[in-house]
Amino acid sequence: MRKVYLDHAATTPVHPKVLEAMLPYFIVKFGNPSNLHDIGREAKNAVEEARTKTAALIGAKPEEIFFTSSGAEANNLAIKGLLQANGQKGNHIVVSQIEHFSVLYPVKAMEKSGYKVTYIDTDKTGLVNPDNIARAITKETVLVSIMHANNEIGTIEPIEQISKITREKGVLFHTDAVASTGWIPVDVQALGVDALSLSGHQFYGPKGAAALYLRKGVRIKPQIEGGIQEEGRRAGTEDVPAIVGLGKAAELATVDIPRRMTYVSVLRDRLQKGLVDKIENIVINGHPTRRLPHNLNVSMRYVEGESMLLFLNMQGIAVSSGSACTSRALKSSHVLVCIGTDAAIANGTLLLSLGMGNTREDIDYVIETLPPIVQRLREMSPLYEDMIKKAKA
Amino acid sequence: MEQYSSKVMEHFAQPHNVGEIPDADGVGTVGNPVCGDVMRLYIKVANNIITEAKFKTFGCGAAIATSSMVTDMVKGKSIDEALKISNAAVAEALGGLPKVKMHCSVLAEEALKSALDDYYKKKGIPSPVKIPAEAGHEHNME
Repeated sequence: MRKVYLDHAATTPVHPKVLEAMLPYFIVKFGNPSNLHDIGREAKNAVEEARTKTAALIGAKPEEIFFTSSGAEANNLAIKGLLQANGQKGNHIVVSQIEHFSVLYPVKAMEKSGYKVTYIDTDKTGLVNPDNIARAITKETVLVSIMHANNEIGTIEPIEQISKITREKGVLFHTDAVASTGWIPVDVQALGVDALSLSGHQFYGPKGAAALYLRKGVRIKPQIEGGIQEEGRRAGTEDVPAIVGLGKAAELATVDIPRRMTYVSVLRDRLQKGLVDKIENIVINGHPTRRLPHNLNVSMRYVEGESMLLFLNMQGIAVSSGSACTSRALKSSHVLVCIGTDAAIANGTLLLSLGMGNTREDIDYVIETLPPIVQRLREMSPLYEDMIKKAKA
Repeated sequence: MEQYSSKVMEHFAQPHNVGEIPDADGVGTVGNPVCGDVMRLYIKVANNIITEAKFKTFGCGAAIATSSMVTDMVKGKSIDEALKISNAAVAEALGGLPKVKMHCSVLAEEALKSALDDYYKKKGIPSPVKIPAEAGHEHNME
């Protein structure tokens, strides 16, 4: 059976060249970068080389890159660390309602500890209006955090316009670029941000290595203390192989992004058209043009996401669902709620995220496989039955 | 999330008793599309025995599997026996359900009780059925 992985927003495979770069750092070059002897220095040099490569990917200086274990850790460090180190400026935060939970939860924790938060909504395509940010900023505002691209619906936010406002008002600006880095150009100078999170396993690096970019001179309070690593910003012996892998993945992405954008967007558009042509009552979520090139988020009426996911899995196709039934609270995705997706249709949502390993044949296989699954589930659905009866009446 | 048992996957992949009964003696619809699952259960009753049961379900793997299982379980049972089928029994028959999916078995029990309630109402008999209220969420159809 054909195997089609369409869940690159969850994670990507490690690129063979990335693995090759990592391998010496497990058994041979296993040293601790904090040690002065040769074996330690060898590891230290590898970490610094990875820092230079990661910096180059986003137009930063090497000394502005701080490695973390995950994108979630980078986001936690940014939110809590920037607020704690710059609290003398005030006590107000501005974030969008569609941020990843690794931004929203630390923000909520800070809200509980006394900070005031403005949650900015978006339009129906998931776009934040920069004017709303300008209006939300007060004398008390310390930090604005708006994601570069949304991890579910792929909408790319107007970061350059927002940073003009934050610079003018003297407010720190963090962007979560975990979903976008490696797939579209991410340049901290062009974006104008003070802090940016990225994660290696989103673009063919290994899990376990991510980074926070911090513009030179921006103060932050470490969230893991007790070590000199990462200039004291993040204690803990470095995961050298993973960091080396992140560096290699960044090096590959730096030259490969234009090709990636073209390759996956052509396939994505083919998939989108194929599904829209074959399935009735289907809605494409996110912005029609300002969208990550590998993202396709679709909602189908009268069917539930997890059921589709499980049937697709039986046919060798791996996707994600945004279904309420999988979440503890039985709530729809907060992103779909924010963009105003009808709650009844939000539960029939699939996130299909493409990658460089997908072929046209893979896409055509999905276009062949999904419509009959939707039809089968609709025939099993009381909501579909009601609709048919209503239409007949 | 915990993985589904092989029994759940069996009932999900090839659900038993899918469909409608046009001249059903009792029909119960429970759940809410907003919460992600809606179950409709049809029963035929002859001489106090449930002779036929069918379902239609909008929902996740567990919702479809519990619907399939509960319709299997009621067939051939008397009304009194059917009333005693609990959500725990449905979950157990499926080899257990992930914790976050236990509400699906509650929904299956509710759907059955709702169909039985409808049966009594259609017969003009005062209904002895108590439909359990699922903790934490409303199940009014919109």
